[in-house]
Amino acid sequence: MRAVHFCSSCGKVQPPIPVDYFTFFGFPRKLNLDTAALEKEFYALSRKLHPDVFGQADTRERAWSLEQSSMLNDAYRTLKDPIKRTEYLLRLEGIELEEQSKQATEKARATGELKKQVVPPDLLEEVFELNMHLEELRMQKKMGEDDPALLEEIGKAKISLEGKYDVLFSELKTEWNKWDKAVDSGAEADKRKVLDRILDVLNRRNYVRNLVRDVNEAME
Amino acid sequence: MSSDYIVGIDLGTTNSLVAYMQGDSPVVIPGEDGLNLVPSVVALTLDENENNQIIVGNAARKYLIETPERAVYSIKRLMGRGVEDIQDELKLFPFKLAEDLHAEEVLRIKIGERTYTPPEISALILRQLKRNAERFFAAPVTQAVITVPAYFNDAQRQATKDAGRIAGLNVLRLVNEPTAASLAYGLDKKKNGIIVVYDLGGGTFDISILKLHDGIFEVISTNGDTHLGGDDIDNLLIAVALDDIRGEHGLEFGIDVRRNGEAVARIRKAVIEAKIALSSQPTAKLDVDLPGGKKYQREISLEVFEQIVQPIIDRTVGPCKQALKDAGLKPGQIDEVVLVGGSTRIPKVRRLVQELFGREPHTDLNPDEVVALGAAVQANILGGGSEITKEMLLLDVTPLSLGIEVAGGVTDKIILRNSTVPASATQYYTTQVDGQTNVAIHVLQGERELARDCRSLARFDLKGIPPMVAGMPRIEVKFLIDANGILRVSAREQRSGKEAEIDVQPTYGLTDEQVENMLLESFDYAEEDFRQRQIIEARREAETILTALAKGKKNRAWQELTNEERRKVDTLEKTLIAVKDGDGDDYHAIREAIDALNQATMHLAELMMDTAVTTALKGKAMDDTDMEDGPQAGHPVAKADFE
Repeated sequence: MRAVHFCSSCGKVQPPIPVDYFTFFGFPRKLNLDTAALEKEFYALSRKLHPDVFGQADTRERAWSLEQSSMLNDAYRTLKDPIKRTEYLLRLEGIELEEQSKQATEKARATGELKKQVVPPDLLEEVFELNMHLEELRMQKKMGEDDPALLEEIGKAKISLEGKYDVLFSELKTEWNKWDKAVDSGAEADKRKVLDRILDVLNRRNYVRNLVRDVNEAME
Repeated sequence: MSSDYIVGIDLGTTNSLVAYMQGDSPVVIPGEDGLNLVPSVVALTLDENENNQIIVGNAARKYLIETPERAVYSIKRLMGRGVEDIQDELKLFPFKLAEDLHAEEVLRIKIGERTYTPPEISALILRQLKRNAERFFAAPVTQAVITVPAYFNDAQRQATKDAGRIAGLNVLRLVNEPTAASLAYGLDKKKNGIIVVYDLGGGTFDISILKLHDGIFEVISTNGDTHLGGDDIDNLLIAVALDDIRGEHGLEFGIDVRRNGEAVARIRKAVIEAKIALSSQPTAKLDVDLPGGKKYQREISLEVFEQIVQPIIDRTVGPCKQALKDAGLKPGQIDEVVLVGGSTRIPKVRRLVQELFGREPHTDLNPDEVVALGAAVQANILGGGSEITKEMLLLDVTPLSLGIEVAGGVTDKIILRNSTVPASATQYYTTQVDGQTNVAIHVLQGERELARDCRSLARFDLKGIPPMVAGMPRIEVKFLIDANGILRVSAREQRSGKEAEIDVQPTYGLTDEQVENMLLESFDYAEEDFRQRQIIEARREAETILTALAKGKKNRAWQELTNEERRKVDTLEKTLIAVKDGDGDDYHAIREAIDALNQATMHLAELMMDTAVTTALKGKAMDDTDMEDGPQAGHPVAKADFE
């Protein structure tokens, strides 16, 4: 059920009720989401909630509109992106993601802490080799040298990683379907299992994403 | 008349404009001199009694050359900035910092004997625009939409809002300039598709990519450089000229020509004229009279000009590519490109834009006016809308990521750039020590990973946290970027439910109290001030018509009137003199007397016109006849505003 944003009798904006983003839009807590319908709903709600519509309203209504429309924008931003949407669902279900972000890496570097980083087992060998190559490339760059063979080697690894990245996204979509089915059937045990698998796919995907980013940075 | 006018203001680096929605179309309101553009120049001069007078706009321009130490331009470059980040500006622009400036203070600029903060100088420009609009409507104007560069950060936006307040304006909204331009552009088009707005103005560059969908103008991404524009081109050309002069007249001027304010100001004027000429012709001449009777002359070809400006224009490429990348678009997916800002008249800029986006840019809108017109559209929307704007809605984004400093001096980004505003993020804090009642939060803006590389916005001190065991309090802090792109912060201790008090230390801005103290008098006495000015203007107008009438009476046309007509004019003349010189403060009475006299002298004016036509050729020559200052002169060109 969609959250109530307006008074049913006078149509005026109401103070926001703390709800999750799915409820805000009146969508079920599912991962397959019709983004065209989401956009349509976003535009329709924006026309009603945006502060511009309340230019001449009283202070209280203006404040509500500000809160409501910021929540609308936050919700839309999160739900329209498939990865943000998935991560959001995990958090809603009480699961914290492992920090693989660049920021976490920087933070670990700055504070000298060891970052918790799980290398997906199937990638161990590849990652080990790639990191060696990247280290070599950085050294060469410092010395002002250029080794086409090395660049080709890294380029190949990058293409392979990008392929894995795509495969992981399809894997994620398979899990989405399972999650949505579990929501329909109400099978709590299934839900839990699917969430764990989603977390695993996301972590691997983030790991690959960071590797690709490192490669791009080294090759710049 | 109603006082509900909401105007749209383009507060530009070089020129400023005020516009409003007249029926279905936005129009620019001209100044007293009849011109739409009000140069963003403020001069402080001394009148015959040695009193300071503030002059704004076209009338102030001559002081840039005559008394450069008493005039200031391009103040927008200093808005919301600290002393340490304007070192480049100080080298290239004749800004003089106040001598008594101390650390932790908002910078102040010296003009003549006085010092002003950048928001105060901007407020003087805004006040001029406000007065132009009030004169136009013959009613007070207290509400405005003001445009800012899309890439302006929080401090620069706040400084602009402060300027509005100081000028006595309630700033209903700050709108991003390229977005405003898209509103003006899309008003009559009702199109759907992706448009790019490339806005290269006097001092700022913005690139915005928007999706137009059934009246919704959704900004997808924006980028830019708040210190890149026509000014930089002028400075390069000035440097070239100064080098020439040093070579040519080295002995006479030595290095001093660089320090000679008047010489530099004259050169600046000449290079700007040459730059403008080179947008339509293959060569331009520099012809400058230097102090001391020397002349500097040089021809600049378009080819040389383009070589000189190449590095400036190239600086717009990076932001364009980043905006495309952030929008997830390829140039082929762009439907239209719109040019905004005077610097987009440069042919080389147009070629670059065409190359970047693979589309011939639109040039059918006046790049100097389109932002103000868009601001007027937004003002109309905020005022409740009209038939033409009722379906229109602007969804803008924040140009820079908002972050918080966390352990190790790292920026934790909580709202990413290009997020649609209003946008919010909630963070939770706790205490480190038993009984701790304060928590400090450092808010940053920028894309870099380390806090020291980002722009410091403010330090918030959460106070009044109930004393608890360390780690027990759970303080919820909500960061919200409003539709103006300005940050608001609120905090609550969740266990006690107590609103935490927030003490804000803006890194670069004025405090509310300072703004209060700066309010130009007109704010406190908006209504009274307006009446006073109306009286002064009405009296001035009465003087003009009376002088013209005295002249008219000497014309032979006066004798052609009937006795009765003459008697009537004489009576009304006496009435006008009486109300004009009376103690009354009702400007309506003076206006009515003026109108009555105008009516009565209509025939006289017609007769004089006939005389003029028969005695002189039609057109310009008429200015030399008695028609000058004729009785029909409705709105005499008044002097610039003084105080």
